[in-house]
Amino acid sequence: MRAARQRGARDREIRDIFSFCSDPATLDGIAWYLCYLTTGKHMAFYVSFGTVLLLLAITAPAAMAFGFGGAMAARSRIPPVSWLGKGYIAIVRGVPDIAFFLFFVIALDQAFEWTRHQVLCPDWDQPVRQGNDFVVCDAAKLPLGNAPQWVHELYGFGVAVLTFAIVFGAFAANVLYGAMRAVPRAQIETAEAYGLTRRQAFRRIVVPQMWVYALPGLSNLWMVLIKATPLLFLLGIEDIVFWARELGGAKTPRFTDYPHGDWRVWYFLALLVFYLVFTRVSEIVLDRVMARLSRGQATAAGEAQRKAA
Amino acid sequence: MSCWETIADYGLRSIGIGERLLPRSDFTLCQQFVLIGSGLIWNVYFGVLALSAGFFLATTVALGKASSNPVARTLSTWFIFVFRGSPLFIQFFFAYFAFLSLKSVSPVFDPFTTAWAGALVVLFLNTAAYSGEIFHGALQSIPRGDTEAADAYGFHGWAKFRKITWPTMLRLAWPAYTNEAIFLFHATTLVFFSGFPAWQQRGDALYYASYFADKTFNPFVPYPILAGYFILLTLGIIGLFGLVNRRLNRHLPSSVRPKVRFRPNLIR
Amino acid sequence: MKTLILGTTALALSAGMAFAQDTVRLGTEGAYPPYNYLDDSGEVAGFERVLGDELCERAELTCEWVTNDWDSIIPNLVSGNYDAIIAGMSITPEREEVVDFTQNYTPPSPSSFAAMSEDVDLETAVIAAQTGTIQAQHVSGMEGATLVEFPNPDEAVAAVTTGEADAIMADKDFLIPVVEDSSDMVFVGEDVPLGGGIGMAFRESDPELRAQFDAAIQSMKDDGTLNELIAEWLGEDSPKF
Repeated sequence: MRAARQRGARDREIRDIFSFCSDPATLDGIAWYLCYLTTGKHMAFYVSFGTVLLLLAITAPAAMAFGFGGAMAARSRIPPVSWLGKGYIAIVRGVPDIAFFLFFVIALDQAFEWTRHQVLCPDWDQPVRQGNDFVVCDAAKLPLGNAPQWVHELYGFGVAVLTFAIVFGAFAANVLYGAMRAVPRAQIETAEAYGLTRRQAFRRIVVPQMWVYALPGLSNLWMVLIKATPLLFLLGIEDIVFWARELGGAKTPRFTDYPHGDWRVWYFLALLVFYLVFTRVSEIVLDRVMARLSRGQATAAGEAQRKAA
Repeated sequence: MSCWETIADYGLRSIGIGERLLPRSDFTLCQQFVLIGSGLIWNVYFGVLALSAGFFLATTVALGKASSNPVARTLSTWFIFVFRGSPLFIQFFFAYFAFLSLKSVSPVFDPFTTAWAGALVVLFLNTAAYSGEIFHGALQSIPRGDTEAADAYGFHGWAKFRKITWPTMLRLAWPAYTNEAIFLFHATTLVFFSGFPAWQQRGDALYYASYFADKTFNPFVPYPILAGYFILLTLGIIGLFGLVNRRLNRHLPSSVRPKVRFRPNLIR
Repeated sequence: MKTLILGTTALALSAGMAFAQDTVRLGTEGAYPPYNYLDDSGEVAGFERVLGDELCERAELTCEWVTNDWDSIIPNLVSGNYDAIIAGMSITPEREEVVDFTQNYTPPSPSSFAAMSEDVDLETAVIAAQTGTIQAQHVSGMEGATLVEFPNPDEAVAAVTTGEADAIMADKDFLIPVVEDSSDMVFVGEDVPLGGGIGMAFRESDPELRAQFDAAIQSMKDDGTLNELIAEWLGEDSPKF
């Protein structure tokens, strides 16, 4: 579902961190900015950076899991499984991610509820589709109708993570599929000569060696994933772009204690800096990982390390 | 109204030819297919022009990043970093804002606040940065033997670049460059979605898809249609780039030719 | 508060047949002042916040406010992610085909044009509107005028101030504070009545809940509290019941 976030009383608690903020109209200069930058809305903005990082942290391994599954399926010797894996990779990657996000979340949510409906309410006599409405029995609702708001939020976040993981899993599958095939054939032949079964050879030879081939593609995918996060607001997550727009837009004195003109440029500048710094940090970390993985590998980089040592 | 009439009325609607008003009620599947397809004209326009212009800038930037001149190197490195390090979404925002401010400076900038010119510039710079990085990577991995052989044959300067370095670079970069092309076409859907306003309801495929989703309140028809079109477009690009790849590698025996696969090394 | 007692008695009838709904989730956009917007602390505020809270109290329901992007606000309602839309949504025949509206809680209020100068000729002007609104639809049908669509209302207003567009068309209630606070923006041309007033939208399969809110709105109309709210939030000149 589209996680619609509730704004409730708890936002009030973080209001007015500074005691002098009670009457902003009288403030000027630094005091005004101090109060302005600590409003509940701004706090939500700062928290949303954490949300984005958390989503990335969960999505990356989840997408890897989908990717691994997809690559294994595509490699399978059983034709239908292999078609499934290849079809997943080709279709999801052929479609722009925005187009996917625009309908997939609702579809996913409905699919879950429909499945639960079939299991939990077998004797339900009304159709699930009533005109435009999608109606399932109360017990099948996700989250349940009486669930507190945080459950709704968590569920929305979970569905967003799943959607991201499915989309980027297809890209990861593609990279891993390529990497599995890039492991030198001789390595596998040697394993077979030693009497390893196909499965053993895969587990003990292919998987440990494929990472060095997969890493350039995976690091790129990570960069892409970072840059796809501005689309999170399409999935109903109130992310940094949502808040930057909301806070930056011109505000008239009637609706806020802190009226200002169109400040979107400054907020987007903050986002730009965030993304550039995050990209740079990722680059440095990934370079280190690559250097570590290349150690002792039969690749050009591994060769260079041996010579340098 | 038959589907042929719909095609006549709306087939070129996205570029302002045909019926002035979009359908407003009783939406048919045919209308959705035709209008979303009509919007695809813009995606192709942005993709083709940005890609072909970006190709030349990308070559320049790749050479700049690999050059021994510190100014050229720093400029190219930063250009690539800024455009690869920030979301296209944010680039569109800043570009639109910058073009608006420039408009008051000189009327030369007038067209740039509209998508056909402004968004094209952004996509051009964006793809130049991504392809520049791909080409730079390829330049770095040109086998030493190739350039040494060229030196031995007395090639130098422009002739060496034109006959040896550049073709080898392209050959090495082509699979990754194919993926960049695909992603650029996908990225064109962001133009009207976040960056630039749509004039007189002339927009790209995503614009019309969301028009129908908005009017029919049913996202499950127009977006899958859009997805279908893009899968076809992607297949077209792979085919076309595959032909170029064959030509680039025509001197190699067919068994060792690298195939263009939709396998990204460098992606958006 | 005698008005409140009146309201609850009116609702006692319908409350009996209401099925067990634990909390009612009210979906709004949060970006359309004065109807709904986010205040400094990030909470939903505005005319509809006050109205919605009052309606829930009269209907003896526990309500929760959630925000959702305008573009997908109806698909998410029919998909069951919240139970009602209260987001400045005009009652139109197209929307009625998909959702059920309560009676309107504001009278049909006009849409109007605002521009930077009074001499703008709307017949030939470039007119900005938010994508997917009834105003965008209206402008697209105006012979001679050029429609420019922006993803959100703020950007449409900004387009007029920067000169990208000659005029903006939007709900008059939305434009009044904008024009008042801007030094050089003025209303131009004739107001256009669009839509059948604003109502709450419900799933078609949810008639009980709709009836509860409908009765609550009726009770607020009957005792005059709705008119007071309209005057307070939408201005003294705004049409009343």
